[in-house]
Amino acid sequence: MGLKGFAIKKIIAAIITIFAIVGVNFVIFRMAPGDPVRMMFRDPRISGEQMQLIREKFGLDKPLWGQFISYLKELSHGNLGLSFWQKRPVLDVITDRIPQTLLLVLTALTIAMFLGTIFGALAGWKRGTRVDSFILSLSLTMYSIPAFSLGIILLLIFAYILSIFPLSGMTTPASGLTGLGYWKDVLWHMCLPAFSIIMWYIGEYVLLTRGSMLDTLRKDYILTARAKGLKESTILIKHALRNALLPVITVTGVNIGFAVAGVIEVETVFSWPGIGRLVYDAVMKRDYPLLQGVFLVFAISIVLANLVIDLIYGYIDPRIKVGGEKK
Amino acid sequence: MTISPRFLRRLKKLREFFSLLVRNRMGLVGLAIIILFLILAIFAPFLRTVNPTKVGTSKNILLSPSPQFWLGTDDLAKDVWSQIVYGSRISLAIGFLAAIITVFTGSLIGLIAGFYGGKIGEILMRIVDFFMMLPMLPLMIVLAAVLGPSIWNIIFVVSIVSWPTTARVIRSQVLSLKERTFIEASRCIGASDFLLMFNEILPNVVPIMFAESVLMVTEAIYAEAVLSFLGLGDPTAISWGMMLHFAFESGTMGKAFWWVLPPIACIVILIIGFTFLGTAITDILEPGYKEAHGF
Repeated sequence: MGLKGFAIKKIIAAIITIFAIVGVNFVIFRMAPGDPVRMMFRDPRISGEQMQLIREKFGLDKPLWGQFISYLKELSHGNLGLSFWQKRPVLDVITDRIPQTLLLVLTALTIAMFLGTIFGALAGWKRGTRVDSFILSLSLTMYSIPAFSLGIILLLIFAYILSIFPLSGMTTPASGLTGLGYWKDVLWHMCLPAFSIIMWYIGEYVLLTRGSMLDTLRKDYILTARAKGLKESTILIKHALRNALLPVITVTGVNIGFAVAGVIEVETVFSWPGIGRLVYDAVMKRDYPLLQGVFLVFAISIVLANLVIDLIYGYIDPRIKVGGEKK
Repeated sequence: MTISPRFLRRLKKLREFFSLLVRNRMGLVGLAIIILFLILAIFAPFLRTVNPTKVGTSKNILLSPSPQFWLGTDDLAKDVWSQIVYGSRISLAIGFLAAIITVFTGSLIGLIAGFYGGKIGEILMRIVDFFMMLPMLPLMIVLAAVLGPSIWNIIFVVSIVSWPTTARVIRSQVLSLKERTFIEASRCIGASDFLLMFNEILPNVVPIMFAESVLMVTEAIYAEAVLSFLGLGDPTAISWGMMLHFAFESGTMGKAFWWVLPPIACIVILIIGFTFLGTAITDILEPGYKEAHGF
């Protein structure tokens, strides 16, 4: 089986998973106690007749199986229902929030990956020294602190006490800034949330790169490189680090689920207007259609991200190209 | 009642294990932290606490720490110290219960999947893989929101999201155990599948189950804190996460450090305690592990 077969297999698996996720999503919200119409509108003034009309409109008078089919049909047209908090389509509410989240997460993730890899490689390289134990214990501590607590602590210190950074949001309200001034303002607002997310991810990358580095350093080719009398820095960068990075890439895919958790917590603390904060708003407003939509978006993006990582990995890893699936 | 020699052997092993645990520095610190919080939880009424849900008079709103209110008061004039002490009950109860349910379910499924392999194993592992693909926190949030706020729902939600990890760990253990000679021997003398699974294989995975449980307690405490912070906690049971939620929502967080820092400190310290204990247990059970990971 070559690269093509590998890719097709992965894509089919992803499609099946997405279908299963859609099914689970449907079931969870049917599990909810009480009448979905009552729950959706939560208005005691709705008459029985109106309820019946709404039921027919949403296909709730049909049997469960029929409901699932119509849910799928609506979904294929991109209809995720109506958010009763914002009184507009769920999909619109979500797409409005996506750029802000991507801006925050991609910035933080890139920095965390970069720094985490460097510190991890350094710790692995200097194994057993003070540098190593310092980096290791710091990452383990960061790893144990929930992202939202970290955010609250940073908020208290840098926004409330020192007043260096703003308390919440993404821009200064009614500032009327444009162009460069606007982006500077956004950057200023992004510092604390981005820093929280970086601290939350970095431990993972440090531990991972360090472990992978230790494995690599035990390999024969490192010994060969040493025996050839190469410079230590050459060995570190050209021989060890390059090979140590491969597992780091795969784990990035697995970790997207973990990343999502950090985003929800941090965006909530800093009122960053992204999808993570949207989850909190949906919970507080008990906006079930919105919550259902956000869950679907999160779950599907994780599946797609994993698919992309798998495909990249398949492309990088020569064992897959030559044949024989990587287990 | 006669005590079988096998039981005695296991008891001895258990005692050895504990003496190793206490001699391990991380294990000792972890145990100390957990015992401290257990004391808080058990003796809560005797630790100079008042009813943590009792709303105080308006003159006592947001008081800073004093001899009367050790950790000050919140925006409803409730005593923060009492909330912290009673909050430990909720964190520990949810942590332990969710861990027990998770590890029980996960082990059972891992045991069956590993022992039978073939079609059954394949199907079970596909389900496990699917669950592991779902984003954990959003799934917990959605479930908790739909089921409504209560401690039991949080326990359920945490368990249903976490069992696949345990199932996977146990399965891989069972797969390697299955090939060992003593299983072969028991099979030869005609032991049934049930007997093999529960009498021969299970006792050998108990140590791993124990390590997994400790890990799961950490996850559960963490999950409870996050869910409560996001407003999905049980409003009748004040947990540390709930305290943070109320502080955050009240908008007075910046003025009342005594209301915000203690719950954060408790959550972090308790999680570190269980993490230390878990690391120490893994060290003792798998001496090669530490070396392989270079700690």
